[in-house]
Amino acid sequence: MTPASMSSTEPSGKAPAQDVALAVRDLNFHYGSHHALHGISLDFPARCVTAMIGPSGCGKSTLLRVFNKIYALYPGQRATGEVMFDGRNILDDSINLDMLRSRIGMVFQKPTPFPMSIYDNIAFGVRLHEKLDRTEMDERVQDVLTRVALWNEVRDRLNAPATGLSGGQQQRLCIARSIATRPEVLLLDEPTSALDPISTARIEELLDELKEEFTIAIVTHNMQQAARCADRVAFFYLGRLVEVDTADRIFTNPREKQTQDYITGRFG
Amino acid sequence: MTAPVISSASAGKEGSTGSEPGQWRPSRKAMRRQLLDYVATGVSIAAGSILLLVLASILWTLLSRGLVGLSWATLTHKMGPPGSGGGLANAIVGSVLQTGLALLMAAPVGLMCGIYLSEYGRKGNHFASAVRFVADMLMSAPSILIGLFIYQLFVVPFGHFSGFAGAVALAVLALPLIVRTTEDMLRLVPTAMREAGAALGAARWRVILFLCLRSARKGVTTGILLALARMGGETAPLLFTSLGNQTMSTDMTRPMASLPIAIYQYAGASYEDWVQLAWTGALLVTFGVLIINITVRLSSRH
Repeated sequence: MTPASMSSTEPSGKAPAQDVALAVRDLNFHYGSHHALHGISLDFPARCVTAMIGPSGCGKSTLLRVFNKIYALYPGQRATGEVMFDGRNILDDSINLDMLRSRIGMVFQKPTPFPMSIYDNIAFGVRLHEKLDRTEMDERVQDVLTRVALWNEVRDRLNAPATGLSGGQQQRLCIARSIATRPEVLLLDEPTSALDPISTARIEELLDELKEEFTIAIVTHNMQQAARCADRVAFFYLGRLVEVDTADRIFTNPREKQTQDYITGRFG
Repeated sequence: MTAPVISSASAGKEGSTGSEPGQWRPSRKAMRRQLLDYVATGVSIAAGSILLLVLASILWTLLSRGLVGLSWATLTHKMGPPGSGGGLANAIVGSVLQTGLALLMAAPVGLMCGIYLSEYGRKGNHFASAVRFVADMLMSAPSILIGLFIYQLFVVPFGHFSGFAGAVALAVLALPLIVRTTEDMLRLVPTAMREAGAALGAARWRVILFLCLRSARKGVTTGILLALARMGGETAPLLFTSLGNQTMSTDMTRPMASLPIAIYQYAGASYEDWVQLAWTGALLVTFGVLIINITVRLSSRH
């Protein structure tokens, strides 16, 4: 799809007619008594990178954590409204969380290598959902490591502990681990904020390749990153969706003054 | 002792800069601070040395008195009447059996209790707070009280002392140590690790067992080993429970010898060879504990 095909986006957040991976309708989120998200409606087109930007505390990470229901780990956090994914509302209590999370993967701000070998870090997630024999698993590990451009760096030490990798390598391993379970959607919560510029560039390149296959939702504080990687950008402020449009439009000619002020650095 | 150091240091600086000596001369306030720093450092080093000196003198005394009696016969012969050439074999065996059984009882319960407190009993859970409070109480309870308690529970009803009762008393002693270290170590595991595991679709028990416990395993093992060291040197909980035994016995339902009890019985005796055996026993216990501690140090380093 070309950016032009999406420029007719409605202010409501509806995407033009095309595959929509995640459709959010009137979503509200509460941390105990704190109302963190107010009536969010937003579409995430399939096989696109959608970036969520906004000042700290605006609710963009909260929204991301709704999509794999990771918030359900904490009593007192609740979401109401509708998030349609593959024909079902994932906020429904009947949704199996483990299944959902195998289809919607997540990468966190800080690299979180598990205390095991590089190989087992990837095999851990795969084993939860599939029964592969040794050669199939070997192939899967090599495949995902190649795709995150880590294979050549670690092929000789697959059995070494993953904690021995550099920060950038660890984060690429975490991305490999997430795509190894073959999800349809990949959620990235500020994946490069703890990394140096070179590692950041590599991960941004990687996003370009991954979006051929996955729907990607990325939270970032880095405006250049959003401009470089994203097809669509959603701007959040104080728990509300202010504006969503193509990256081109948001960064050159935003509709709302708040968006303009934020991207030009006048507040936030 | 410290004053000349300051003056020579400042003199050296003055000499090297040359042109503007005034700017480099420390003010009186700065000199006083410097002096205070030296004094405080000196006092701290002295305090540290005292501790080291105490430990060194204990070890020295033990080595010089105990090493004489350390022979193959001491390790292989059982305790006997004065002058009969008795050893400590039955006490060593009894200690190993009782602490081993105690560890088998305390470690699984302590581990699971620690997991409960850390993973399920976070703030706001009254039952967990109560468990935590009791564990802390138990940790500071006098060990002789634990011995008396087990005496009432396992000795009085059966009508005789037993190695099993001794092991239970030691287990009660070790339990709170294992519970609290397990909990503390698990709490050090970052939330991000738990979330990353859940985000892959792993069930909670799997995250706890394969990710949290695995990344905390060094600290948890350390806690268990330290509890083992603590049990190995305890006398009071055994006095009313396993009592001690002059003969070799591996029957956990009968009274059983142990090194700390042997030391207790022999140290005050008026027979020279018994006193010698007490010293040798003390040496064995101390080095056992020392070896466990060194193992802990080495294993937590790598």
